[in-house]
Amino acid sequence: METYRSNIMICAGTGCVANGSLKVKDALETELIKRNLQKEVKVVLTGCNGFCAKGPVMVVYPEDIFYQMVKAEDVPHLVEEHFIKGRPVKKFLYTPPAQKDAIPVMNEIPFFKHQVLRALRNRSLIDAEKIEEYIARDGYLAAAKALTEMTPEQIVNEVKNSGLRGRGGAGFLTGLKWELCARVSGEIKYILCNGDEGDPGAFMDRSIMEADPHSVLEGMIVAAKAIGAHYGYIYVRAEYPLAVHRLQLAIDQAKENGLLGKDILGSGFDLDLEIYQGAGAFVCGEETALMASIEGKRGMPRPKPPFPAVKGLWQRPSVLNNVETFANVPPIILSGADWFASLGTEKSKGTKVFALSGALNNIGLVEVPMGIPLRTVIFDIGGGIKGNRKYKAVQMGGPSGGCIPESLLDTPVDYENINKTGAIMGSGGMVVMDETTCMPAMAKFFLEFTEDESCGKCVPCRVGNKTLLTILARITKGEGREGDIELLLDLSQQIKDTSLCGLGQTSPNPVLTTIKYFREEYEAHIKEKRCPARVCTPLVKFVVNDEKCKKCGTCFKACPAGAITWEKGKVAYIDPEKCTKCKSCIKSCKFWAID
Amino acid sequence: MGNEAVAQQAATDNETITPEMYRRIDSIIERYKDKPGSLIPVLQQAQDVCGYLPHPVQRYVAKGLRMSPSVVFGVATFYSFFTLVPRGKHVIRVCLGTACYVKRSEEILDKIKAELELEVGEITRDKKYSLEAVRCLGACGLAPVVVVDQDTYGDVAATKVMDILKKYE
Amino acid sequence: MAKLTIADLKKIKEEYHAGQALREGGFKVKITVHMGTCGIAAGARPIMNVILEELAKSGRKDIAVTTSGCAGLCSKEPMMTIELSGEAPVRYIALTEEKARKIFAEHVMAGKPVKEYALVVGHETTY
Repeated sequence: METYRSNIMICAGTGCVANGSLKVKDALETELIKRNLQKEVKVVLTGCNGFCAKGPVMVVYPEDIFYQMVKAEDVPHLVEEHFIKGRPVKKFLYTPPAQKDAIPVMNEIPFFKHQVLRALRNRSLIDAEKIEEYIARDGYLAAAKALTEMTPEQIVNEVKNSGLRGRGGAGFLTGLKWELCARVSGEIKYILCNGDEGDPGAFMDRSIMEADPHSVLEGMIVAAKAIGAHYGYIYVRAEYPLAVHRLQLAIDQAKENGLLGKDILGSGFDLDLEIYQGAGAFVCGEETALMASIEGKRGMPRPKPPFPAVKGLWQRPSVLNNVETFANVPPIILSGADWFASLGTEKSKGTKVFALSGALNNIGLVEVPMGIPLRTVIFDIGGGIKGNRKYKAVQMGGPSGGCIPESLLDTPVDYENINKTGAIMGSGGMVVMDETTCMPAMAKFFLEFTEDESCGKCVPCRVGNKTLLTILARITKGEGREGDIELLLDLSQQIKDTSLCGLGQTSPNPVLTTIKYFREEYEAHIKEKRCPARVCTPLVKFVVNDEKCKKCGTCFKACPAGAITWEKGKVAYIDPEKCTKCKSCIKSCKFWAID
Repeated sequence: MGNEAVAQQAATDNETITPEMYRRIDSIIERYKDKPGSLIPVLQQAQDVCGYLPHPVQRYVAKGLRMSPSVVFGVATFYSFFTLVPRGKHVIRVCLGTACYVKRSEEILDKIKAELELEVGEITRDKKYSLEAVRCLGACGLAPVVVVDQDTYGDVAATKVMDILKKYE
Repeated sequence: MAKLTIADLKKIKEEYHAGQALREGGFKVKITVHMGTCGIAAGARPIMNVILEELAKSGRKDIAVTTSGCAGLCSKEPMMTIELSGEAPVRYIALTEEKARKIFAEHVMAGKPVKEYALVVGHETTY
């Protein structure tokens, strides 16, 4: 590892960035190279330390010297004095007030410390219903630049070089998708936004559409110019009324201000956008199915090729990107591909938004640099498992994804590494499960979903998933047979290999990953007729285990049916006559003493 | 449905779908008829008018948009947003998204089914409640979530859910 | 409204910052209630009502009340952020109507943050 004589930590909190801290960083780096100090002094961006009114602020280590309100033009003088002559510059010195029992700052709280907001750059800062607040945060400047200073090829190249990949799940290079469509000639093309966030346990796109709808519109304007489209749709789930309302308001305001419609910003470019409300079908997240739905048909996918870039909506060349993808576009245009690629891993650049939920202390929406270890996301940002339970698995990618066990928690979060575990990056749902979750029942839950949502067009998905579900149902009922695990594996592989669209090709993933990592649980269900997590009611005996019972009486207090007898210092007893099998006792018992 | 049930449903449909509703559907069709791909928004708005989409309404829309009734039926049955049967006075939605599932929302659903003696997608005999299972309402921070009409209840326990429903008479 | 030009965008930005900046003569306090779907489901509306009520009672004209979408930490909703001119914003979590009233009285009116209800001060990282 290289060692530096000094580190300059510059605040990259929203407040300091707005006051120009990134420009100061660039100026510092340039100046250090000019003075040949780049091997001795390192510039690092840090989170907010709470002195926002003095921004931009920076701290020089190891001297521990605090500078405030530094501007880019002050940098040469500062470098000369501090790093060459070794004299701190009094003009910028700041002594933070000593604070006893102060409220913690962002940098001290793991939930905030590890996050970097790019797609969510405006969260909690602007009123989504006021266009001037978006403009005040550099809104529509990227659209202006793309429309007046850049050719479609330049836009495509910028986005391609940034390495931005589709945030909806598959991770296709966004710039390449645009390039394919831009190359196809055609008078009429469509730009489409996928806001049909159907993964249960995922709410990234909803949050962006609600909190920052103009960022989606602006991303679409840039994309429309790149491919030569003058009309577009935003497809939004009908279950998201607030998102629909705020997007519609944003479109109306943009039209009123000449940011949509004819001759946008006097550039001569036209674009009209319209919201299309979905009617509830998970398969419409698939691009060809989504297009069929906009055409007013049953949302069924069709084979590719022809790809939508060539023949999409109404047989016209079309590009469909996800909400988060579009929200990432404006800063790429403004700050450049290199800036975007400065975060992330070799093949996965930038940041990713995740919806953290399940058995965690902190549930919420987080944006992290690609490559961050899963463990950091779950145990630092997520605050670990709630109620002193043990971590069991994290489900990523919804019904198309899989479960990742404890042993793989050091996996870096990027497209390739997550794929290797058998799960997928997906659109960003991360549901964390503790030891009270039964894995075969979890697989069954997802298959119920897929079976329900399969459009029925191709046989492997329609019949295959139903059969998987039948087998899982009998396993969780205690009627599993010898050979069921092998049958599940074999059938899953066939469904993956032969289904028409992404839904069928990925639907067995929950089954495959739970068998891969939790096979012993399937075996316990089938061979011992036992559910280790005590979830599958037919396999739970509702009998107190004498050896494990700590005689604490918690179950006695929890039972709503009065079926438990207990006295201080004695093992509890469950009366099978009175027991309603509601599992209140199991949930209350910390010692797993009820079998 | 048995024959008797079908006949009964048809009688209800004729009763609940008033001429005024058909007039409102006319104006919806008028607005959309020349726009390609307008079937889904028309059905969404027709459902807002009638509360559900019985066969007579589907046929009416088909005629208005010059489509085959089978196409309309195909679309109306494909999307979960559309319902072919009327809803109860109060609609109970139990979230079965992954986050809610992990927090045992299925037990809540089972409890309601047992207490009210109905299945998902059905309406109680007194027409007071109908029960729906939904996939993720996006309020995962409050899981498990039950929504009654417009009110969202978070952190619901299966043993307490009936107390919530009692508030809706 | 007239169609905007690129120069207008910059002007709007500058005017907005000039008009909204927390400073002498302008707004001295900005209160943001975070109202995404989950914030509303967790009870952000009653919090907003309390704030508006307290604001009316105070008669002050230098307090801006606004909303934003999801602030990210759903399990600690409802949330609100209070920023006094010249100070870092303070985020309050898990609010109730009583807590909101107390925060209004002590932080907004008297300038003293209510430590026990606050989660964090400062801005999130964006780069």
